[in-house]
Amino acid sequence: LPLVKFSNSLSFSLQAKMSRPLQAQRLEGTDKNIWVEFVKLAATYSKVNLGQGFPDFPPPDFLKEAFVKALSGENHMMHQYTRAFGHPPLVKILAQFYGKLLGRDLDPMTNVMVTVGAYQALFCCFQAFIEEGDEVIIIEPFFDCYEPMTKMAGGTPVFVPLRPKAPKDGKLMSSKDWQLDPAELASKFNERTKAIVLNSPNNPLGKVFSRGELELIADLCVKHDVLCFSDEVYEWLVYDGKEHIRIASLPGMWDRTVIIGSAGKTFSATGWKVGWTVGPNRLQQHLRNVHQNSVYHCATAAQEAVAQGFQRELELYGKADSYFSQLPKELQQKRDWLVQSLDAVGMKPIVPEGTYFLVADISKFKSDVPDVPDSDEPYDSRFAKWMVKNKGLAAIPLSAFYSGAHKNNYNHFIRFCFAKKEATLKAANDILQKWKQEKTSP
Amino acid sequence: MLFASRSFCFLGVRAYQLRTDLLCRSIKLSASATMAFRHKNTRRIEGLDSNVWVEFTKVAADPSIVNLGQGLPDISPPSYVKEELAKAAAVDRLNQYTRGFGHPSLVKALSQVYERVCGRKIDPLTDILVTVGAYGSLFSTIQALIEEGDEVIIIEPFYDCYEPMVKMAGAEPVFIPLRYKNDGNSTSSADWVLDPAELANKFNSKTKAIILNTPNNPIGKVFTREELQVIADLCIKHDTLCISDEVYEWMVYKGNKHIKIATLPGMWERTITIGSAGKTYSVTGWKLGWSIGPQNLIKHLQVVHQNTLYTCPTPLQEALAQAFWIDFKRMDDPDCYFYSLSRELESKRDRMAQLLQEAGLKPVIPDGGYFMIVDVSTLNVDLSDVDENQPYDYKFVKWMIRSKKLSAIPLSAFCGPETKRQFEKYIRFCFIKKDSTLDAAEVILKNWNKQTA
Repeated sequence: LPLVKFSNSLSFSLQAKMSRPLQAQRLEGTDKNIWVEFVKLAATYSKVNLGQGFPDFPPPDFLKEAFVKALSGENHMMHQYTRAFGHPPLVKILAQFYGKLLGRDLDPMTNVMVTVGAYQALFCCFQAFIEEGDEVIIIEPFFDCYEPMTKMAGGTPVFVPLRPKAPKDGKLMSSKDWQLDPAELASKFNERTKAIVLNSPNNPLGKVFSRGELELIADLCVKHDVLCFSDEVYEWLVYDGKEHIRIASLPGMWDRTVIIGSAGKTFSATGWKVGWTVGPNRLQQHLRNVHQNSVYHCATAAQEAVAQGFQRELELYGKADSYFSQLPKELQQKRDWLVQSLDAVGMKPIVPEGTYFLVADISKFKSDVPDVPDSDEPYDSRFAKWMVKNKGLAAIPLSAFYSGAHKNNYNHFIRFCFAKKEATLKAANDILQKWKQEKTSP
Repeated sequence: MLFASRSFCFLGVRAYQLRTDLLCRSIKLSASATMAFRHKNTRRIEGLDSNVWVEFTKVAADPSIVNLGQGLPDISPPSYVKEELAKAAAVDRLNQYTRGFGHPSLVKALSQVYERVCGRKIDPLTDILVTVGAYGSLFSTIQALIEEGDEVIIIEPFYDCYEPMVKMAGAEPVFIPLRYKNDGNSTSSADWVLDPAELANKFNSKTKAIILNTPNNPIGKVFTREELQVIADLCIKHDTLCISDEVYEWMVYKGNKHIKIATLPGMWERTITIGSAGKTYSVTGWKLGWSIGPQNLIKHLQVVHQNTLYTCPTPLQEALAQAFWIDFKRMDDPDCYFYSLSRELESKRDRMAQLLQEAGLKPVIPDGGYFMIVDVSTLNVDLSDVDENQPYDYKFVKWMIRSKKLSAIPLSAFCGPETKRQFEKYIRFCFIKKDSTLDAAEVILKNWNKQTA
């Protein structure tokens, strides 16, 4: 008998490699990711990185100090688990802050949840509410994760584009000029529509949806009884005196909206990965369910520091000293700088109303990167890769923010991130100027 | 009705607000019926909302209660670990996004430590994924590799999240209990074993994976090489994956050795090994964990990760990397934290056991981990008048929290439906606690019998 066992185990070890199909079906069509590729390229080649969206300046001092205080204090329980749905000081201040912004009484325990970045907040929304048979309306161009998250949840993404209106002669295009066609949007709603993802201010265009545009969306949500996942991570980054309007404050919308926010964008600390959802308990309870069965707790110390940051901002709200006033002021200047740089060399910037992104039309630069008619890869992607390898300037192709079928609809634009130090933007300008000179000289 | 509201825009915001409020109310009334149905949760999370921790951490949050329930240390993490985090936070670029699948210096450090432990080459970029705690690794693994139609074997008692995670993936959990060998008086976690024939019976063509947890939470069992070989043989025979939760890998007590099932012949190719910074460095609030395995499995976990939260916090990962380098360099030295923590915990384990024994209880002495289970039926606490339809141990723990100001976790929380009755006389204590906490527990246990009902 022992002999039989021995020879059996030998043959078993020969078949050691798993032979059956491994990955779950839910991963189908979700494996490609633009960032994996472009982040690597930027890391390898870029001298000036205006690609991935993160600031190259530090978070504000008061936030860094709050973090150090949390870590070095007597209370070493800052290194242990906190409340799973959000560290109490943080959810309390978020409830206060958003309550003030929305004109509502919010309960920190049931109307707010803390997540690992806004990314995980989005994930909870899709997993809690989207399944096979559901359609999700996504406005193009969109932050790329909405599509794979819809698919991973078994849903069907339905795309509707923002369409550019030509600017008046001589004027630069604004993100305002990219608009939804109301009839086209209405045609996307049907009985299978479970949710629409709204991102305002919008990444990558920088569009800040107006009240009228939000009402258009809200009316359809109410009429078709659809949920709204409202990604508002750039809520504080609005320029030229524009107002960020929260769709949840529109009639009929609070009950069907999940608001998503991000400490990374709010406090220039993308590496902290602290985000949140705000909404009615009826929706939040299901987000908590997903959260407790996926990551459960978020890191404690960063939550404590963000809570301190919000406390300060609540006290300074509306004042010149507030970070929420200063940051957009600073970024607006940087935006204007970059707009000037790009315009001067013949790349046509679309002036963003918000976010720290700017999209520019690169049609004039076709000469450096020839068209390849049968190429699978969209033109702007090839252009962006050529640019980072040959000019050391990293940016992201706009086609990255479109669904597969639409990648060639707007394939001569690239996205720049301008949340960068003056020195970085100057260096970008130098590269662009030199490039222009190389093109014009014989 | 909806379009009429727009014509009022010109009357100014206030009038608009008034009319749309009225409009809103009427919409609410007409839509309320459909709203209740349409905004239902998805099937994947149906029935997964209750959770023993949400229930018991709330109850035990009262500071007057001696909390030996939830598994979190109240001892301080080593000072160099805290210092490294403060250092990392001071570097500007470490406050921004890092590599999605794991901060380069951290995956490098992990690959070095685990290469040494496993005796094989581990590629930091393809064989490792950094996640939000071991919890996140379990989730990524299950979402990546498990789906409807699959069965997943779970050994009871089990860390409670395995069951809802398997269900959320649409698969069927198949339970098999550890059984107490009726072998004399001493109770050690080693006395709890799997019946090999019973285990073999649980495997079939639908079995996609088995979840192994060694050292085991809650019992503290450290699976021996022979026990792991039984599992490995079945995994290979049935071409099954092994999800090996080894978060307590460094906490093994004298006379025991932690063995990685991935190092057994034929197992590397089919095993995901999960580890935890929280348990390794007593920093549960950092929520960093990792999955290690062959590229062809890890790549699917990476896809899940890039579509769920994308990247983990940077300063924490950098600090953890530095802490690992410090301890990697002294892995031959008994002062290495991996070993010194274990020694510290062993004396706490022994003290906890003594306290319980002196109170007339029979604790199950764990060979690893920082939990200890104990049979409380000998205390004969009559809770039959308690109305709630919960297992005995739930009622007992709630009673103990209220009347003795001592908390623990009921063991039936760690069991599948069939086995709850078998374990409902046990409760779990956590002993990774500072001396003053254990002193307070001692007082309560010594005085237990002094109070009349």
